[in-house]
This record gives sequence, structure tokens and C-alpha cells, in this order.
Amino acid sequence: MSDPVRALSGVSDKGFATVAMAGPRGMITLRGDLASAAVKKAVKAATGTAVPARRRILAEGARAAAWMSPDELLILVPFETAAATVAALQAALAGAHHLVADVSDARATFTIRGAGAEQVLMKLCPVDVATLAEGEIRRSRAAQAACAFWRSAEDEFTLVAFRSLADYVMAILDNAARPGSALFPA
Amino acid sequence: MLTLECPCCGVIADETELQPGGEAHLKRFGPGSSDDDFDGYMFARRNPRGVHFERWRHAHGCGKWFLAARCTATLEVFGTYPAQTSAPPAELQAKIKARRPDWEGWT
Ligand SMILES: [Zn+2]
Repeated sequence: MSDPVRALSGVSDKGFATVAMAGPRGMITLRGDLASAAVKKAVKAATGTAVPARRRILAEGARAAAWMSPDELLILVPFETAAATVAALQAALAGAHHLVADVSDARATFTIRGAGAEQVLMKLCPVDVATLAEGEIRRSRAAQAACAFWRSAEDEFTLVAFRSLADYVMAILDNAARPGSALFPA
Repeated sequence: MLTLECPCCGVIADETELQPGGEAHLKRFGPGSSDDDFDGYMFARRNPRGVHFERWRHAHGCGKWFLAARCTATLEVFGTYPAQTSAPPAELQAKIKARRPDWEGWT
């Protein structure tokens, strides 16, 4: 297997929040009947978590399951285990109407860190970021790019976008975090 | 600014997260229909000044279609509801009737 390469290697840390391209991450789209026993069992085996409730992300170590729509989950696993997880999910769901697709290479992941991290998203997304709950994932747009984000740690957000737009997303995040442009200056 | 609550994911979505899909509850006339029926389906819209039923897609969100009832004169939103229905929910119709006593109904 060849070494995975990130879309960008950039880190922007001169502003009021630090924006970084995160390392490769295994991402799998799973569509099917989320209430079914088969999907519950397959998700448990893949991530160690239950099927997340509406707009929730459940993590177990480096693995997670995120609710994307009423019939779609995003399964997050270490990059090198994505192919095996896809095979396991397909085997577990054989016979049930479903779709499992490895989208790891189609996505780019960013982390936005620091006390001002929230303000970066407030500038770019039509979302009431302050009310975003712990463990809630929000699909929206960052300027003109589709994205999804959640609070991944104290003062840290993880944002996922299409890899083909990585350069654009990095540029708008960097611009939104630039020095002196905080919405609520400390 | 228009905000609609997506009934599929529960997000109060800003207009810029949504894609409009035109009038709701149209009966489709496709291949095999008469020219008049197809013409009516394709081009004739009620387009009243007031209560509208519309299709919207939560494009920058959960991706699902849903339906909304709102007033095009005041931008008041009466409610949103799932797309898997052929008529506005009764309670929504009652709410609209209460707000707009002279509303003639959705059909
Ligand atoms: Zn939605």
C-alpha cells in the first residue's frame, strides 16, 4: 500500500486560532436503514459505538460514527484500517439494502484550535456555533464549500470538506483567523 | 432573511443552506399524457400573492427534500413538513386558516 499524502501540509498559526490540515483519516459512507438491527450490529463492530442519534457523533478512541442524514452515517476509522472496515461492513450488511463506500481519499480534514476557534466558524458558516452541543455534528457550508464540523476537544473543532476544495477551505479558514480580526477580541 | 426548520435533521437552516424546488404538491404528467395535461404540469402555477406551498432541499445539510408553507407577501413561515405526503398536514392547514381567515385552501 502506498503512503497516503495529505491534500496540503499547511498550518496557519499566526492568527487568533490555529488552523491545521489533519492527517489522513479513514472515512466510510454508510447508507441504509439506521434503525435496523443489521446496521446497529455492523456499526458496533466497525466503531465500537451505537448508531448515533440525529445530528450526533459518537466516538470510541480513534473510531467514530456520525449521523449525516436520516439514512446515512459517516464512519471514521484509522486510515490504514478503512479497506478492512469496508469489507467487514459489506459482509455484515449482505442481504440488507445498503451502500458502503470508502470516501477517505475524497475528503480533507482540518482542525481549528484555540480560544477563538468558534469565531472562525461563526464567520464562515450560517450556524449558531455557540449553541452547538458537545457531541453534535453540523453539516453546513463554509463560505461556498460544503462541510461538516463538530467540537472534537476543548477549544477545538474538526471540520471535514471535499479534498478537491482543500486549498480553498484552508485559505478561507486562514483568512477568517487572521490576526486582529477576532469577532470578540480578548 | 428566510430560515426554515428542516424536518429531516431538525436544523433551523438559513436560506443559503437551502435549494428551492418550486411549487409543492404538483401532480406530474409525464410520457403518454396529453399535450394539455403536460402543458399544465410544466407551465401552469398558482403563484398566489400569499400562502405558498413549496419544495426545498437542505442542500448544504442533510441533503433531503422537505416541504414548507409560507406567505410570499409577508415572508411569514407557517411550517415545514416531510416531503412524503400528498397534502399539507391538517394541523398546518388549521394554523394557516387561523392566521389567514380568507385563505381559500391549498387545492
Ligand atoms: Zn436537513
